[in-house]
Amino acid sequence: MQKSLHIDPGKCTGCLQCEMACSYEHTGAFNPSRSLIKVFDFHHEGRKVPYTCTQCAEAWCLNACPVEAIKIDAATGAKVVLDAVCVGCKVCTIACPFGTVNYSHETGKVQKCDLCGGDPACAEACPTDAITYIDSDWTGLERMRKWAQKTDSAARV
Amino acid sequence: MAWTRKILRINLTQGSCSSEALNMEWAAQYLGQRGLASKYLVSEIDPKVDPLSPENKIIYATGPLTGTMASTGGRYSVVTKGPLTGVIACSNSGGFFGAELKFAGWDMIIVEGRSPTPVYLHIENDLAELLPADDLWGSTVWSTEATLKKRHQDPLLRVSSIGRAGENQVLFAAIVNDLHRAAGRSGVGAVMGSKNLKAIAVRGTRGVGNIADAKAFMAAATAGKKVLAENAVTGQGLPTYGTQVLMNVINEMGALPTRNHRDVEFEGARKISAEAMHEKRATDGRAHLVANQACFGCTIACGRISRIDETHFSVETKPEYWGASGGLEYEAAWALGSANGVDDLEALQFANLLCNEDGMDPISFGATVGAVMELYDLGILSKEEIGLEVPFGSAEALCKLAEMTARGEGFGKILGQGSKRLCAKYGKPELSMTVKGQEFPAYDGRALQGMGLAYATSNRGACHLRGYMVSSEVFGIPVKTDPRETTGKPEMLKAFQDATAVVDSSGLCVFTTFAWTMNDIQPQIQAACEGDWSQDALLQMGERIWNLERDFNLAAGITGKDDTLPPRLLNEPCKTGGSKGMVAEIGKMLPEYYSLRGWTPEGVPTAATRSRLGL
Repeated sequence: MQKSLHIDPGKCTGCLQCEMACSYEHTGAFNPSRSLIKVFDFHHEGRKVPYTCTQCAEAWCLNACPVEAIKIDAATGAKVVLDAVCVGCKVCTIACPFGTVNYSHETGKVQKCDLCGGDPACAEACPTDAITYIDSDWTGLERMRKWAQKTDSAARV
Repeated sequence: MAWTRKILRINLTQGSCSSEALNMEWAAQYLGQRGLASKYLVSEIDPKVDPLSPENKIIYATGPLTGTMASTGGRYSVVTKGPLTGVIACSNSGGFFGAELKFAGWDMIIVEGRSPTPVYLHIENDLAELLPADDLWGSTVWSTEATLKKRHQDPLLRVSSIGRAGENQVLFAAIVNDLHRAAGRSGVGAVMGSKNLKAIAVRGTRGVGNIADAKAFMAAATAGKKVLAENAVTGQGLPTYGTQVLMNVINEMGALPTRNHRDVEFEGARKISAEAMHEKRATDGRAHLVANQACFGCTIACGRISRIDETHFSVETKPEYWGASGGLEYEAAWALGSANGVDDLEALQFANLLCNEDGMDPISFGATVGAVMELYDLGILSKEEIGLEVPFGSAEALCKLAEMTARGEGFGKILGQGSKRLCAKYGKPELSMTVKGQEFPAYDGRALQGMGLAYATSNRGACHLRGYMVSSEVFGIPVKTDPRETTGKPEMLKAFQDATAVVDSSGLCVFTTFAWTMNDIQPQIQAACEGDWSQDALLQMGERIWNLERDFNLAAGITGKDDTLPPRLLNEPCKTGGSKGMVAEIGKMLPEYYSLRGWTPEGVPTAATRSRLGL
């Protein structure tokens, strides 16, 4: 089964466990500034929203790369940056409509979510299930179930 | 290791910033945060120093677990000599600032001297610089944070600052980070103000990577998170209701101090409770509560984010307060509400927003308003003196007094000195509900005997966070004890105080201890830090910290005579409810407490005790 990261911002408390888990997985340090998933704070609305690469099927970052440094991981479907190939030209960061590919001045390469090879650390660390890793063909299943439940109770009334 | 092993020392008089190595011998004895910063403070200042003079120092300290994946590992403490109390002050805050300081590569910041003009400290990893803050002086915490993020073109900057209350040296001024997280108590914000230090803005990209045994640490941290998730208090009660879960519980026990401790039950408690925050308002059909949010790394997420009623008199012409923001937590709801007999939830939130916006401790502010209202009720304070009518229960008076105090206007200047000085000024010192100059928090020391002793003996004046006996006397954690009973309380309190000093020195939040015991905490510290951090070593360290603080306080001029409660709690029995007829019987407990601590009957640590603890 192909899986996707699924984000439900309504469950996010903004604890940043995901950012720490991501940075620890990729750099060996707890360092939110190196996290590939970011939690945004919409203070006046009282909302926290985690955001990361959605792994587009037709990936503009991949198509834009002049040196073919972004490859598809066949097992997970993740678009993965090959550090050995990336020249840090940043064209992919311009191509990505969502801003989820970013350049790191420390490494001289771009970085983006690689789904941790199929076991995303962010989803594992999230204490509220705001971030889950689920069947990519059925990311709407839980929302469907909630609406289905409402339909049912309405019918009884 | 987990420490960055680096201290940033700021001399405001000279305008200098320098880096020095962390004293690792002290770190082995005091761990970090509260313990280690206290060790530095007592080693560097004269205990007799005027807290608001350049000779006082102020330390911002993280713990070894700050900035790690340990749940709640985002705390920092501000340690200084407190202007409200004249004893050691140690105020703990969450939010995101502490972790960011660690990510920048610093265990702590020691600030000394006084700047001739207003400045702020900007830190970007190794770079630390003092920059002019003349344009920021006179602005609130909220606008300071917004201005600095814009000025440095960095939305990820974390800011800890004072508002106008700290600038005006309100004696219960707080230091506020991340808009509504505060090192709230004992007037640490006034110390910052006295030094002309407006803010500390920090950005760290180094991360925390030097964990002693990373694999063991991740296992221990993950196990700890599971315990928090499965516990009824930390897994359900706190995320759903926040600390406000306590309002109805404490009220029903007859332990909710009301109208300056005249009463112990508040008829309006239901209207200012967690349950009320969840209910839809009649005016706009929306609930007061918007969401629960977490501090850095916290998997409990007790924080309340609320939206005030736009039609409420306090804000109807002030749209700047209409957005979601922090509050109400239990202590603020109690101090602004029950302590004054005010049952208007929206008014409490407005006063709470002002406390966050201009950096005031809502506990001491609210409790001082309670004293003002009692003096007014007795005819000692007049409408002319105050500038308005302030009967118990007046939401209008509460809101107006909050504005006046935060801005240093009129009677607000007197109120800003706290209830001890205010009641003394008007010839009624016995009406000040304080210990060592600090106002009580939200539990009546008569109804909960153990809390009475905790207040009397707390090293920072009246405080619930130095030995939270409520845990046992109300919740039965770790064991249920009868709140009416004094037997066994000294021993339990000592254990609570020592264990709390450990938690406060680690970078973790004390709220974890609703679920965690040392069996959960110790493995996380041991895995993160090199050295012997066995439970015995940790608990002895907690005792060492307690005695270190005590020694400082004794040298500062307090004596065992100050380990007492106001006459009202000792002599006026609770009038109603489950606690009817009770007074605080600390006289029955104090001698045993001193003895268990290895102190003389006068409350002074003996030479043998000091030697045993390596002091």
